[in-house]
Amino acid sequence: MKDKSNVISSNKPTSDEQVAGNGLLDRRVFLRGTLGGAALAFAAPLAAAPRDALFPTQRVPGRPFENYGLPSPHERGVVRWVAATDGVPGNGISWTPLEQLDGALTPNGLHFERHHNGIPDIDPALHRLRIAGTVARPLEFDIEALLRYPRVSRQCFVECGGNSNAGWRRRPVQTTAGNFHGLVSASEWTGVPLAPLLDQAGVDATARWVIAEGADAFSLTMSIPLSKARDDCLLALFQNGERIRPAQGYPLRLVVPGWEGVLNVKWLKNLYLSEQPAMARNETARYTELMPDGRARQFTFTMGPKSLITRPSAQMRLPAPGFYEISGLAWSGHGRVRRVEVSADGGESWAEAALAEPVLPAALTRFRAPWQWSGQPAVLQSRVTDETGRVQPSRAALLAERGRHGYYHYNAIVSWAVAADGYVTHAYVDTPLETTPLEDLFMDDEWD
Amino acid sequence: MGLEMKLKIFISFIIFSFDCSAGEAFPEFGQPLEPAAVDAETSVVFAGGEGLPAGRGRVTDGARIYAARCIACHGVEGRGGPGGELAGGRRDLRAEQPDQTIGTYWPYATTLFDFIRRAMPMDAPWSLSDDEVYAVSAYLLHLNGLVAADATLDAATLAALRMPNADGFDRVEAPPVSDP
Repeated sequence: MKDKSNVISSNKPTSDEQVAGNGLLDRRVFLRGTLGGAALAFAAPLAAAPRDALFPTQRVPGRPFENYGLPSPHERGVVRWVAATDGVPGNGISWTPLEQLDGALTPNGLHFERHHNGIPDIDPALHRLRIAGTVARPLEFDIEALLRYPRVSRQCFVECGGNSNAGWRRRPVQTTAGNFHGLVSASEWTGVPLAPLLDQAGVDATARWVIAEGADAFSLTMSIPLSKARDDCLLALFQNGERIRPAQGYPLRLVVPGWEGVLNVKWLKNLYLSEQPAMARNETARYTELMPDGRARQFTFTMGPKSLITRPSAQMRLPAPGFYEISGLAWSGHGRVRRVEVSADGGESWAEAALAEPVLPAALTRFRAPWQWSGQPAVLQSRVTDETGRVQPSRAALLAERGRHGYYHYNAIVSWAVAADGYVTHAYVDTPLETTPLEDLFMDDEWD
Repeated sequence: MGLEMKLKIFISFIIFSFDCSAGEAFPEFGQPLEPAAVDAETSVVFAGGEGLPAGRGRVTDGARIYAARCIACHGVEGRGGPGGELAGGRRDLRAEQPDQTIGTYWPYATTLFDFIRRAMPMDAPWSLSDDEVYAVSAYLLHLNGLVAADATLDAATLAALRMPNADGFDRVEAPPVSDP
């Protein structure tokens, strides 16, 4: 097998292509074609006769068509990691394997899951959505009726409020990027904007909240400010072009762009207008953030600016020094990603990464940066700034502000340490190594 | 007025009312619901007690139901088990390892009734009667030292119960509303 990195490394970048320490190159290096020329070195000599160069699959007819396609059997390792409560298999999570994917959208079968009591099997012919509470005209919609409305499409992420919460642990957890940060996924959602339907129900002037309820065995209720419901909430029927999967809310899901995943109520059956929030269990006892002073933040809806490098990332191994593309995801519930910077020296110096278009508000944005690894230990980091100017915090800054027990909304900079032998591990670089006898306060089977 | 004129007025009335009710001419496909039918189906219990049903339950009955339906996941007296700590919190919320139990953390007792009724027990949600939900709520509040061993809870007493951490929350992105 040819070692591409060795070939390219012979074409050393010039000093003006290095834009930050430890080998980070200008993100435009390939546009100038300075490194790309090395690819010619791989061109195999033409075979003497065409038949000698045939692959076996060129000599036999392929398989027939299939009604619904599946990934190659060679990709069967690209799956979600599932974890659920003992005795309650429907109460748990599955993580999107972020480190094995590319682009800015998540395949539907790999979208992360957080179910509180299983996935209901819903017959769309029997499902109803009701808009009630403080409205002049309570309304009921069947799915056929909702499918008749004009539709809009919106590409955005859904991120669990508890995503990345292993980052609170006193020692860096060693697992893959997806099993650590994979409670975020992105889709193009298509459906009916909520605002005109609220108007048709005649929302009372006293209403401030919409309480959304799901038709699962948890009867999940979540309170959403009416202003957000009117602004950009979507009654989603389609996900990435096909009807929403059962695990994502079939036949109807509320999409609340940029806000905590739990608000994006699946299997939506009721929207109840109210002057007060429900003060449901999942907006009081859970999904609230205990602060060092003993008070707790409640109704912290917007997911803050966050990014991580997905490749290279923990538990990968770089086979040899040379060229690597650093690639990752950045997002902010507050709007578009404005800038992503990457560091290869633990935050001593930073280089700007290239952002893949389109850069959309509250959507996952793919970033890329070329890197020439010298073979010496390195610490890779990424840091996002969103269009409102909010910057992803360092872990030290996040802990200083929020203490140890916030649990939700962990969005600190992620550090991947590359050892001289190429192995990549998760590291804490700006917080002292803790040798406290206190155990990490996490129950392995409690998910929110 | 001739028939044609009547028809014109009628048509313009239809167009006018469509424009009014439909905002920007967004089509309407929802079916009206009788408000009474809606109220009967509303399951949300609010912090001020709105939505609590009739019925009542005693701590002692709650202990019996808990032993039969809850203990496997939540442990003896709400401590241990995979379902999370419900009672027994002793450490302050400012401690290095704080206890976040019903008694130390939950701001509203009404949330207990709402949550148990809609989601518990997880193998048979909505299977407890309203009286049984009051009883289990009463038992859990007793385990947290918030009601006496001989207490009975109903809509009025549950709504009136003030939780120790009722004022412990800051509503970061909530719209301005009066306190429940």
